[in-house]
Amino acid sequence: MRDLVGLFPYWAVIMLMMTGLYIVIAQGNLVKKLIGLGIFQVSVFVLYIAAGVVDGGTPPILDDEFAVYSNPLPSVLILTAIVVGVATLAVGLALSVRIREAFGTIEEEELLPLTAPTHPVVTEAEAAQAQTQGETRP
Amino acid sequence: MESLLMIGLLAALGAIAIAVAFMSDLLVVAMLSGIFSFTCCALFVLFDAPDVAFTEACVGAGVSTVLTIAAIRLVGRHEKRGGRRASVVGLVVATICGLALVYGTLELPRFGDAAAPANTHVAPHYINESKAEIGIPNIVTSVLGSYRGYDTMGETVVVFTAALGVLLLLGGSQSRPLARGEAPARRDRDVILRTVATLFIPMTLFLAPYVQFHGAYSPGGGFQAGAILGGALILFGLVFGIDALNKLVPERILRVIAALGVLTYGGTGVVTMLMGRPFLDYDAFGEGPSGQAIGLTAIELGVFMTVTCVMTLLFQRFASRGVK
Repeated sequence: MRDLVGLFPYWAVIMLMMTGLYIVIAQGNLVKKLIGLGIFQVSVFVLYIAAGVVDGGTPPILDDEFAVYSNPLPSVLILTAIVVGVATLAVGLALSVRIREAFGTIEEEELLPLTAPTHPVVTEAEAAQAQTQGETRP
Repeated sequence: MESLLMIGLLAALGAIAIAVAFMSDLLVVAMLSGIFSFTCCALFVLFDAPDVAFTEACVGAGVSTVLTIAAIRLVGRHEKRGGRRASVVGLVVATICGLALVYGTLELPRFGDAAAPANTHVAPHYINESKAEIGIPNIVTSVLGSYRGYDTMGETVVVFTAALGVLLLLGGSQSRPLARGEAPARRDRDVILRTVATLFIPMTLFLAPYVQFHGAYSPGGGFQAGAILGGALILFGLVFGIDALNKLVPERILRVIAALGVLTYGGTGVVTMLMGRPFLDYDAFGEGPSGQAIGLTAIELGVFMTVTCVMTLLFQRFASRGVK
């Protein structure tokens, strides 16, 4: 029983992480994939912070009233990772916007034949379309 | 009581994550991911990490959501459902991976264990010695700025580099620049929104310097203050239009200040070297807390400049781009 309570936060976080992973693998829309990756990322943040919690501790800001503090190190690592996370998300979104402008879609299934013109499933018309769209790209 | 709250929050997070997987309207998905981040903030407060909660609230729930919606405007709102095969593969991979991770947790120290290796390595040194060595009560700020100053400089450079990437990818603003002296187009609808924003934005502008300079004594610092000020400017842009924001803070100025922020951080390190100490060793400015105070103020200022300008720049680039 004690194990169950002591490990529950980790298991819940793993379930959240795997939901994010599932979205990244199973869903073809690039923006949806980025959001799935975001859920994965935030779950990892929760895992780090959970590892630094000390029973009966207070936030790591020193004061004479308190003696037990939670671990400050995960806070530092995750605090900066959050800001880096939004910056990388922005790069991913910018790439999606450019892909949409060049190919007219951000669905993985429609993009794969367009980006590999020699692939057998591509008809000549599709290949020609991909080429003209490539040429008119700004 | 705290465990009940934790279980409730984790359950809510699980429900939101599953809803994200099932929804195909990207606008709804973006909103849900914002709610997911905000729920995580509550969890971070519960887990004794107010600094992290602060940052996640501004950046994860605020700026990320706005950027995602700005991108959805450009790429289209509805996703096509993928094939059955991909869902099955995804489900199998996620299940196997999840079970392997759960197996791995069986050996982990239990939640809240003070004797866990993570809590007995360097953390006790930070908790016991930082008051004497750095001289400020907020240990997170001490570690961020001084003990792990290299790390934080790396993160600041990553943020700056990402902004460069977006500027290159979404180069060449599509919207017409305003002529000299021309007033940006006024938006006369949304009266309630504009009235509330007019009251709200000045308060947010005051909050940012407070969070910046009080970061030594309470949760706060350069990353949080930068995200708050950037968020205030983005709110201004959302309510009064992107033209008004571009007029208020032109992109070329933001680009220069973002670069100056990184330069301030790195420059502090170079100055300490010129004074005969290792890179980013603030003892060069004076032994003990007095020197640390000077160094911390300088690098936090650099972080603040870079983060504010990058957040605003990212929004400007997405919002200025015309739909094709």
